[in-house]
Amino acid sequence: MSKSPNSMLYVGTGVGVAAVLTLAANFADHFVQPIPDNPSIWVAPENSLFVAAANAQAEAAGGAKFGLGRAALPEEIAAWDLDVSPDGTGLPEGSGDVWTGDELFAEHCAVCHGDFAEGRDNWPKLAGGQGTLDRKDPLKTVGSYWPYLSTAWDYVHRSMPFGNAQSLSADETYAIVAYILYSNDLVDDDFVLSNENFLDVEMPNAEGFIVDDRETAEKHFWTDEPCMENCKESVEITMRAAVLDVTPEDETAEVEASAETEEQQEAAAVASGSQKGEIEEASVEATPAAATAAPDPELVAEGEKVFRKCKACHQVGEDAKNRTGPVLNNVVGAPAGHIDDFRYSKALEEAAEGGLVWTPEELHAFLADPRGYMKGTKMSFAGLKKEEDLDAVVAYLQSFSQ
Amino acid sequence: MTFGFKDKKPSRRQFLTGTAAAAAGAVAAGSGRAAEPDPLITEVQDWAASLGEGVDATPYGLPIKFEDDVIRRNVEWLTADTISSINFTPIHALDGTITPAGCAFERHHSGAIELAKQDYRLMINGLVDTPLVFTYADLERFPREQHVYFCECAANTGMEWAGAQLNGAQFTHGMIHNMEYTGVPLRTLLEEAGLEAAGDLSDKWIYVEGADASSNGRSIPMEKALDDVLVAFKANGEALRKEHGYPVRLVVPGWEGNMWVKWLRRIEVMDGPVESREETSKYTDTLADGISRKWTWVMDAKSVVTSPSPQAPITHGPGPLVITGLAWSGRGAITGVDVSLDGGKTWTPARLAAPGTDKALTRFYLDHSWDGSEMLLQSRARDETGYVQPTKAQLREVRGENSIYHNNCIQTWWVRETGEAENVEVS
Repeated sequence: MSKSPNSMLYVGTGVGVAAVLTLAANFADHFVQPIPDNPSIWVAPENSLFVAAANAQAEAAGGAKFGLGRAALPEEIAAWDLDVSPDGTGLPEGSGDVWTGDELFAEHCAVCHGDFAEGRDNWPKLAGGQGTLDRKDPLKTVGSYWPYLSTAWDYVHRSMPFGNAQSLSADETYAIVAYILYSNDLVDDDFVLSNENFLDVEMPNAEGFIVDDRETAEKHFWTDEPCMENCKESVEITMRAAVLDVTPEDETAEVEASAETEEQQEAAAVASGSQKGEIEEASVEATPAAATAAPDPELVAEGEKVFRKCKACHQVGEDAKNRTGPVLNNVVGAPAGHIDDFRYSKALEEAAEGGLVWTPEELHAFLADPRGYMKGTKMSFAGLKKEEDLDAVVAYLQSFSQ
Repeated sequence: MTFGFKDKKPSRRQFLTGTAAAAAGAVAAGSGRAAEPDPLITEVQDWAASLGEGVDATPYGLPIKFEDDVIRRNVEWLTADTISSINFTPIHALDGTITPAGCAFERHHSGAIELAKQDYRLMINGLVDTPLVFTYADLERFPREQHVYFCECAANTGMEWAGAQLNGAQFTHGMIHNMEYTGVPLRTLLEEAGLEAAGDLSDKWIYVEGADASSNGRSIPMEKALDDVLVAFKANGEALRKEHGYPVRLVVPGWEGNMWVKWLRRIEVMDGPVESREETSKYTDTLADGISRKWTWVMDAKSVVTSPSPQAPITHGPGPLVITGLAWSGRGAITGVDVSLDGGKTWTPARLAAPGTDKALTRFYLDHSWDGSEMLLQSRARDETGYVQPTKAQLREVRGENSIYHNNCIQTWWVRETGEAENVEVS
């Protein structure tokens, strides 16, 4: 790579313009070579400029194509090539209105992003924040920050909902994006978003970006002779991390843990080897609840793995708190909706009034198909397909239930 | 080591809190004379009499239990949950430059997935002559290269913009690892698909995408794609770990870690950037006036003293002290590191353990004779382009305090007479 000290050539590649141009020229030369019908057996002439410019490895191989891989089928490309560009390239035909989007948002998105796209806990806020970008702690949302609507459509369609990605149809995606625009006061409540009017939507911060200008704006950071002595007159400490005290507790030298906790950790470490995951497992097994319920420890361990799918929203165990979903301690055998300070869906509250109890069987049925089992549940989880996963996760929850 | 009591494993915490007392006992060592014979020497120890484990005990090993505090850690309040989150490499406890995979930081957007080699497919499509699909076995048949590169999350040190926050090098600078990668140059694969259809390459881009539920995707200009980007399947000699993208990840040397797409499944040649979520709403840098920089890909030169540091205090008295740390630059090789003991008034060139190499970590040492007084420890890196690591004040002058990413400021550790150290900010 270029060792050129001239860092002003191109933003961040470390490659001089000359090298880039040479490369482009070589590729241009390469293009004039006749391409046979089957490129997989085509071998570039040994003396072509392309070969001369190629790296040592390719040179060793004679600059040839290797004939590896196979042609991608149109259906395969269609299945994976879903990205959408700012000019609308990649948008499928379809449409969706704000009110449909409102319902879909409540069902699929509100669990993390809030009913009005205002965000819950630490989950991203999708609405609000306009006019805050030049203030301290700006609020960056789709409305206040995102420069292209295509980004929102592409992300909702391809990467959301969290834990159930690529489950939304094109029309559903148009509707949800329409609702997000509405939540940001960018469209009226009768707005219908479609592939045809997509580019008409104006994003407030579309002009709010510049291309990386560090090499000009921070040009003074390139100094061949940095100061070595008498660089400043005095040095004062202006801020201390220990005063702020936000470092995870058991990692700081200052914090003294109780001897009891220390011993427990030691015991767990000795009992199960030194891998951290195993220490956690050992602690789990040692809880009295687990001893009482006595589910199969292997099944519980399996269930702990399955529970990772739930952890985005639910906590269980000693310090568990309500998150996006309710805390799951003592859930097995409990009446539905038993956590007082959690705001359940209407559907679940009605089921609770009807006397629903979370027996292992009911939990099985619910977790296999949450929205089929309970229409209107806020739990946006696709469900566990495998019977053994259901068994395991229920056993795991049982280990935290008296 | 003066803490190895028989039948009693010293915990890291005891080790740290017991620093002052232990230091008092150990100060005289070296020049002094032991008051009593050391039972570790005069008495036959268990390990010297009985037998250890056989060769069948550990088919694939983890570090010995005494090192079980050298682990990745996360900061719970940073993110909404641990599935779309990050953890930190314990750089305060490592030496050398290669990061062991087992404690190298992880960053996932939809969790670390299990994708078997036989289920792996890599597609190249878009403006290519023949859209292709490769299996893992196909990739193994292309000529390979090996390179050591650092991978740093753009948000490394991001919590320190507004002031000193997290008390430990692991937390302030641990979103980084450095591995030896084996893989196929991306250029080779693009050539296999053929780039004639793309026409003039100077304004073309590729879009790379992962196979996980986040389908994390980034746009990369063609000139970088044809330069040093690797499609890697081995790191530090072995298969990539699940959390680092098994079986195949992209390596984008010197550029922010988010672009090093894991579980790489698709490369599309395009005539413009996709402007995906991760290159518009995230990984952009908002300046004081509300305007944001985009496409800030390269990681500027940066360094940090890893020891002594808040998690690695000085545990001995005055006398010989090894001050050590790491330096790196996304623009090329590190050419020098200076260390200051007085908060930046005076600087001393550190010794590089080996000459800096292109876009890889460099280890530095300052072999110091500590007089037992307070220090304000700093390090300052220089790279081959002449870039000098700036102070936090210099960065804020240009960028304000609302940035998240690309904080490569000079770090200060306040080392006390006790040997304890704290993350501080200085004038």
